[in-house]
Amino acid sequence: MAAYIARRLVQAAGVVLAVVTLVFALIHLAPGDPIYALAGESGNAAYYAEMRAHFGLDRPLPEQFLIYVSDVLRGDFGRSYVQKQPVMQVILARVPATALLLFTALTLASALGIFVGVEAGRRPGSLVDIGIRIGTLLAFCAPAFWMGQLLLLLFGARLGWFPIQGMVTARGGYHGFAYVLDVARHLVLPAVTLGLLQIALIARLTRAGVRESLAEDYVRTAGAKGLGAGAVIYRHALPNALLPVVTVVGGHVGSFITGAVLTEIVFAWPGLGRLLYDATLSRDYPLLMAMFELATVFVVVANLVTDLIYAALDPRVRYR
Amino acid sequence: MSATGTRVTAPQMVMSVPTTARQMRGVRRGAAAWPPSLVLGALLLVLLSGAAITAGTITAGSPFKAAGTPLRSPSAAHWLGTDDLGRDMLTRVVYGGRVSLLVGVMVAVTSAVVGTAVGASAGFFGGATDDVLMRITETVQAMPRFFLAIIVAALFGNRVWVIGLLLGLTFWPPTARLLRAQILSLREREFVLAARTIGASEPRILWRHVLPHALPIVLVSAALQVGSAMLVEAGLSFLGLGDQSAVSWGAMLNAAQMFVRTAWWMSLFPGLAITMAVLGANLSADGLQDMLDPRRAVRRSVTVTQTRSKT
Repeated sequence: MAAYIARRLVQAAGVVLAVVTLVFALIHLAPGDPIYALAGESGNAAYYAEMRAHFGLDRPLPEQFLIYVSDVLRGDFGRSYVQKQPVMQVILARVPATALLLFTALTLASALGIFVGVEAGRRPGSLVDIGIRIGTLLAFCAPAFWMGQLLLLLFGARLGWFPIQGMVTARGGYHGFAYVLDVARHLVLPAVTLGLLQIALIARLTRAGVRESLAEDYVRTAGAKGLGAGAVIYRHALPNALLPVVTVVGGHVGSFITGAVLTEIVFAWPGLGRLLYDATLSRDYPLLMAMFELATVFVVVANLVTDLIYAALDPRVRYR
Repeated sequence: MSATGTRVTAPQMVMSVPTTARQMRGVRRGAAAWPPSLVLGALLLVLLSGAAITAGTITAGSPFKAAGTPLRSPSAAHWLGTDDLGRDMLTRVVYGGRVSLLVGVMVAVTSAVVGTAVGASAGFFGGATDDVLMRITETVQAMPRFFLAIIVAALFGNRVWVIGLLLGLTFWPPTARLLRAQILSLREREFVLAARTIGASEPRILWRHVLPHALPIVLVSAALQVGSAMLVEAGLSFLGLGDQSAVSWGAMLNAAQMFVRTAWWMSLFPGLAITMAVLGANLSADGLQDMLDPRRAVRRSVTVTQTRSKT
């Protein structure tokens, strides 16, 4: 197991290094002076001279590469030209809001997805099953940010059940529990929007898994010894059905954070997605590249954790 | 011979079992040339791409010029309403299909070509070639392609072909891995040995004998990428990083964001169009998979039978 983890860590480091190299190559392949990509497009001459010296743009390319890699490895992604702050600091300030959204959406999606998947899987061919299959298929095909707009339109603008923008009520002045409640009300629509795709994914996999394990002998045994239908499904059939769910959901981390970025823009959620949007509008290249590199690290780590969870859940899995 | 043998016996095995209409449908699907999902999916795609290609003749005005009062809800004059600049939404939705479909086709072709080259070389030549190519494949697969696309679009410009090519260059890993697995099993077959015995060169064996058998996998896998590629393009355009010189559904949704409380039609129809296009692509890919691999359809109906008889 330790050898396996070590090997995977080396592999993960390889992916991250490849991405950093790619970003470096893109900076130099892009049309125009690379200083614009490294330091933003609207600085003055003195600023550019300073940045040129910092990134060593007058030195040979291999040396520039080493400077860039060592900067990135130390978490120094340069300064955001627009925000006049170190990029890392700008990004870290936005992490809590996005983390809250991701965590809520994933929790919601796991609970709902598993429930819906079990309901479909235990009665294949029924109206419930067919409805769920069509619904999940559509959730796969519709862009998440569009679903967000529709939810906003219906539950926010028309029915007025939930606030439609931001994370807290502006000038609400809430404290303590009232503040938590206020954030929770703002969180509902974005979390549902982001969770929809995951619900569909988890429901489909759970449905297939439950159907398969309902045909197994040990499930029949559980029924034969007198357990109720609920206990048979949730205690005996479901655990095995969930194994592939863990792998596939873990493998979709990339699309999950992409969804978060787009959802945040629809609901003006003050997280990383909003930051990315502003950074693309202002061509804040250092910020864009740092977000790409950090997203890669996140995805790679998530994939590794997924595989380890899988091994912990399934004693049959032996990694070498 | 052994391959044809299983194809003949498998349906017979099923033929003795099915009793319900549902099971019969499974069997018929195994034999039928056109699975229903392929028919429905192809219909959606033909309809949308037909409209997009003939947009100049089937719509009256330009998608860029105002055709009426801004922000009017759907009416007899403007079936899908008008946007914030008074442009006809129907015209724009019809033209908008061009970007999505072009990106879809480019991604299918690029990912099929790159995926085949990488997967076939890795599977057939094995050894160090295999190791290196598979490490590259894993690396590309682990990259968050949406973020990469943002950087490339920001640095290199956002023409449709740049975005299509870039996405194609990030969507090939699944095809390469599937093809590699298929080739690993194909290269041990007797006909490869036979070809080698009569003195065929290795590249010739790969090109003339092994690859044709693996072609269906490439086709299906490439088709499976199209839907997600369209969604990524829509996301980029929604971020304002799409091609500004063309109408695209994602960009229309971006414009709708500001008017979401007042003009629901600006949001509803472009999103519906994306969903239909992606649905068409996904259904077609799924149906193609059933059609090109009849054993999959049969296996499905066998599992249905077993599940039913046991529960």
